[in-house]
Amino acid sequence: MHRLTIHELHDRLSTTEVSSVEVTEILLKRIREVDSRIKAYLTVNETEAMESAREADRRIAAGKCSQLTGVPVAIKDNMCTRGIKTTCASKILENFIPPYDATVVARLKDEGAVILGKMNMDEFAMGSSTENSGFIITHNPWNLETIPGGSSGGSAAGVAADECIAALGSDTGGSIRQPAACCGVVGMKPTYGRVSRYGLVAFASSLDQIGPITKDVQDCAILMNAIGRHDSRDSTSANLPTPDYTRALVNDVKGLAVGIAKEFFVEGVNHEVEQKVWEGIKLLEDLGAAVKEVSLPHTRYAVATYYIICTAEASSNLARYDGVKYGFRASGSTDLAQMYEDTRAQGFGPEVKRRIMLGTYVLSSGYYDAYYRKASQVRTLMKNDFVKVFAECDVIITPTAPTPAFRIGEKVQDPLQMYLSDIFTISANLAGIPALSIPCGFSGEGLPVGMQILGRHFDEETLLRVAYTFEQNTEHHKPSPGLGASG
Amino acid sequence: MKIAIEEVEYVARLAKLTLSETEKELFTVQLNAILEYMAQLNEVDTSAVEPTFHVVSHHNVMREDEVTESMSQEGSLGNAPDEARGCFRVPRII
Repeated sequence: MHRLTIHELHDRLSTTEVSSVEVTEILLKRIREVDSRIKAYLTVNETEAMESAREADRRIAAGKCSQLTGVPVAIKDNMCTRGIKTTCASKILENFIPPYDATVVARLKDEGAVILGKMNMDEFAMGSSTENSGFIITHNPWNLETIPGGSSGGSAAGVAADECIAALGSDTGGSIRQPAACCGVVGMKPTYGRVSRYGLVAFASSLDQIGPITKDVQDCAILMNAIGRHDSRDSTSANLPTPDYTRALVNDVKGLAVGIAKEFFVEGVNHEVEQKVWEGIKLLEDLGAAVKEVSLPHTRYAVATYYIICTAEASSNLARYDGVKYGFRASGSTDLAQMYEDTRAQGFGPEVKRRIMLGTYVLSSGYYDAYYRKASQVRTLMKNDFVKVFAECDVIITPTAPTPAFRIGEKVQDPLQMYLSDIFTISANLAGIPALSIPCGFSGEGLPVGMQILGRHFDEETLLRVAYTFEQNTEHHKPSPGLGASG
Repeated sequence: MKIAIEEVEYVARLAKLTLSETEKELFTVQLNAILEYMAQLNEVDTSAVEPTFHVVSHHNVMREDEVTESMSQEGSLGNAPDEARGCFRVPRII
């Protein structure tokens, strides 16, 4: 039962073949059995989850069942959940209990979804391996000695290990897609502005976006139907008509133009990753897509551009952690200035401090033009590269990450090497375009490989169509990591 | 070397962070490596390029000036490390 997708479970719930209470109990049991090895959860919300399951069963009995009613899902721990700890995996928010729900959480609750708990992540979503969590290290269900990716590593590992039916993640530079690729699941970063950021703890406000992490493409569309629409509480939320994303699930790519950017198949990309992605492209071509080579010439500057912009924005956003209104406060300070400095020194972990330092430096007097302004100009060039390519292509296909999941501990001493693992995902955030990662095979060591599909602004539907077609014609999403059976 | 340890100390003050001696040394090495890498942006001619600070068009979003429900005092103070008489309490300022 824990292996089911949202739509499979919905079919069983709506015919009362199973109740939400039963399936929620099965998932809580699954968490007890496997999470000591995976460590995907920071908080398991047992009591409230059972209450919502009972409420969902009443709704179903009354004939008011939507696709998500009674479906147990998990939320990355940087989205506010009323009455449930929201820590961002940081000591500075260790005991923070939000007095309100993030819009995405409220929308899932409106649909009757059951919130199972809050997922581990890199502290403040800063990282690519979930090793920067202030509390625990999450393990990849496919090989416990490797990282699950990051920063939404808990969400992706939880979905892959069948500890929840689906999850929400957030993506500032690849934090949904890279862990989805590492864990062999589907992850989509919607267009900037498509999903409300209200109640998402801010990291880099011009780049952050919430999105689904699911077992298949259909589930991705179902979650987008719940979260992908305008919200007056987020001034950057796009006020556009909302499509029914499930209508984009068409098994046909005939006539679509698929761009292959040569800049994404370069030295440093793992040979097996490259091979699997080419096999994926070949399949789409066989199914009737027109494949053409294109160029995104500024791709090589993406990492440098991104780490200037995101750290600059982070240094400003994280100024709010001052030990006054919420969160941790260092004890023993005799004056206010000392209290600020001690609180931040003791509350933030090393990567967060590094990024605050970098961001403060690139914004500081005398360096602003050389770094922040320069990066913002290169961002324009990168955005223009995409505009040019999307004039002749419907989607672009690339590897999601340059390698399969690396080993825990391998890159923690070298932040720059860690940053380079985001090389293929961050362009989408800088340009604000939607991007999706879908499983496209396994490495020789049995680790999942992800293929990234990039699309035009607000054209999530074409991404879903290409991904759905790919999935319907492959078996890559079917294997499950061997963690022992239950339920 | 782009930055020396004194600059790391200066930036830490701006960022309101107390760093240990070990952290200062480590950050000096690491920030130099990262800034060195970022210097590759200088290869790009951006003399005639407008910066992008936000990918969506920027405009003010207005709403009717109507009273709506807001958070209670209790809710607002619920997470405060220290409070007194309905206010946030902090250590001495002056």
